[in-house]
Amino acid sequence: MSEPATNGRDFDRGGDDGAVLEVSALSYEYPGGFALKDVSLRVAAGEILVLLGPNGAGKTTLFSLITRLYDTRQGSVAVLGHELRHEPGQALAAMGVVFQQPTLDLDLSVMQNLLYHAALHGMAPSVARQRAGDELARLDMAERSGEKVRRLNGGHRRRVEIARALLHRPRMLLLDEPTVGLDVPTRQAIVAHVHALAREDGIAVLWATHLIDEVAEDDSVVVLHQGTIRAAGSSESVIAAAGGGDLLDAFSRLTNGNGS
Amino acid sequence: MSPLHYYRCLAGIVAREALRFLHQRERFIAALVRPLVWLLIFGAGFRSVLGVSIIPPYETYIVYEIYIVPGLIGMIQLFNGMQSSLSMVYDREMGSMRTLLISPLPRWYLLVCKLLAGVAVSILQVYAFLMICLLFGVELPLMGLAYILPLLICSGLMLGALGMLLSSWIKQLENFAGIMNFVIFPMFFLSSALYPLWRMEESSELLYWICAVNPFTHAVEMLRFALYQQFNWQMAGLTLLALVVFFGGAVWAYDPTRGMLSRRPGGPAG
Repeated sequence: MSEPATNGRDFDRGGDDGAVLEVSALSYEYPGGFALKDVSLRVAAGEILVLLGPNGAGKTTLFSLITRLYDTRQGSVAVLGHELRHEPGQALAAMGVVFQQPTLDLDLSVMQNLLYHAALHGMAPSVARQRAGDELARLDMAERSGEKVRRLNGGHRRRVEIARALLHRPRMLLLDEPTVGLDVPTRQAIVAHVHALAREDGIAVLWATHLIDEVAEDDSVVVLHQGTIRAAGSSESVIAAAGGGDLLDAFSRLTNGNGS
Repeated sequence: MSPLHYYRCLAGIVAREALRFLHQRERFIAALVRPLVWLLIFGAGFRSVLGVSIIPPYETYIVYEIYIVPGLIGMIQLFNGMQSSLSMVYDREMGSMRTLLISPLPRWYLLVCKLLAGVAVSILQVYAFLMICLLFGVELPLMGLAYILPLLICSGLMLGALGMLLSSWIKQLENFAGIMNFVIFPMFFLSSALYPLWRMEESSELLYWICAVNPFTHAVEMLRFALYQQFNWQMAGLTLLALVVFFGGAVWAYDPTRGMLSRRPGGPAG
């Protein structure tokens, strides 16, 4: 991966080799065949690694393995040096996750959803309430905290999910296609917010998407297709590996036309 | 993870279940109407048909309504356990189950918290039902209402664990009707909830044995004795055994390395 953009700030660089997330030779098999084969990647503090892949590439399976919803004995996942298999608590405590599928409780208010998440992470209610207010304010959602989630539109729900993922101050943010189904301004706002988090707070970000326009110039890129990594590195190196053009061309060639 | 973390997690999960319960008032009413229909309508109808001889823990002849109260308490907890099962399937389909499962605490503990939250709700329903029973003149020993509390936790946990185990098998909400037909009704009717086992034995030896090994029978009999401040070791032990088996199965099923959740064909999109 390329050197992370940290805006000159001195962040805790994560594990012994600086990686916040280290995925090594990970494979996963469903009854119908391999969903992931020998996938390795690492993300450092302040780095945004964009996991590009068409639908069915294995992105969500990878997220399920990193968050221990699934488990495999083939390969390993470590967060801040904590092996997910042996120290799941420490590894999961360092992660904030926004899944592709919405996971908010529609019948609870925004604040109640956030406090529930905070309780699962062992935060004191007073601290949780304070941080929830801060995170919602950062996302211009402070005035909606008392509203039931059911009443919010898709973009606002996504913002709440991002606020929730950040509530326990994770070192690693996992975003699985967080902008799917959102309008362009909302998508742009979310992309900008996540880049600011990486730049200003040093959060390591793994962002799965199939939307090329969400890749910023200094993001690292991994192209995943049919469960295997087809190219990895900076945008320039991925483009070069695919034989030139722009990132969209490269993505399309690397995924045999499925990524266009 | 500190003990405080564990406590806050439990408090958070119980608070969430309580909030959801408060938002679903019709669920509370339905939970009460079901046993009350049995008590006030079926009970009145069957009173003259079904005589109950003196069997422990009763020391004298009792009316049928008194006999079926422990069974109806069990019914409330059985339905609540299945409601929790439905709720877990719903959470899984809606995605909110993931929020729970990626919490840093051990998964078995998270499942215990879910169980305890469900039991807390069921106990509220049981005591509301018992108060209504007293209002309608059903004679229940008042001290027994306090004595029964810890055993209600035990029976609630057992039936909740069964629901949790079943929830790992149910792939879609639509399949819940099958649970009603194949789990709730046989468990309830093939038990000592509505008629003493000796009566069943007179009718069919086979049905008697099915009733005798049904964990719901053990829970109901445990509660029946507890209402009269008697501790039935055998029934309590069997209820506890069923709890261990069902909960062990649920932990296995929700374990990402071994359970059924990880072996579903197809897997997630993306």
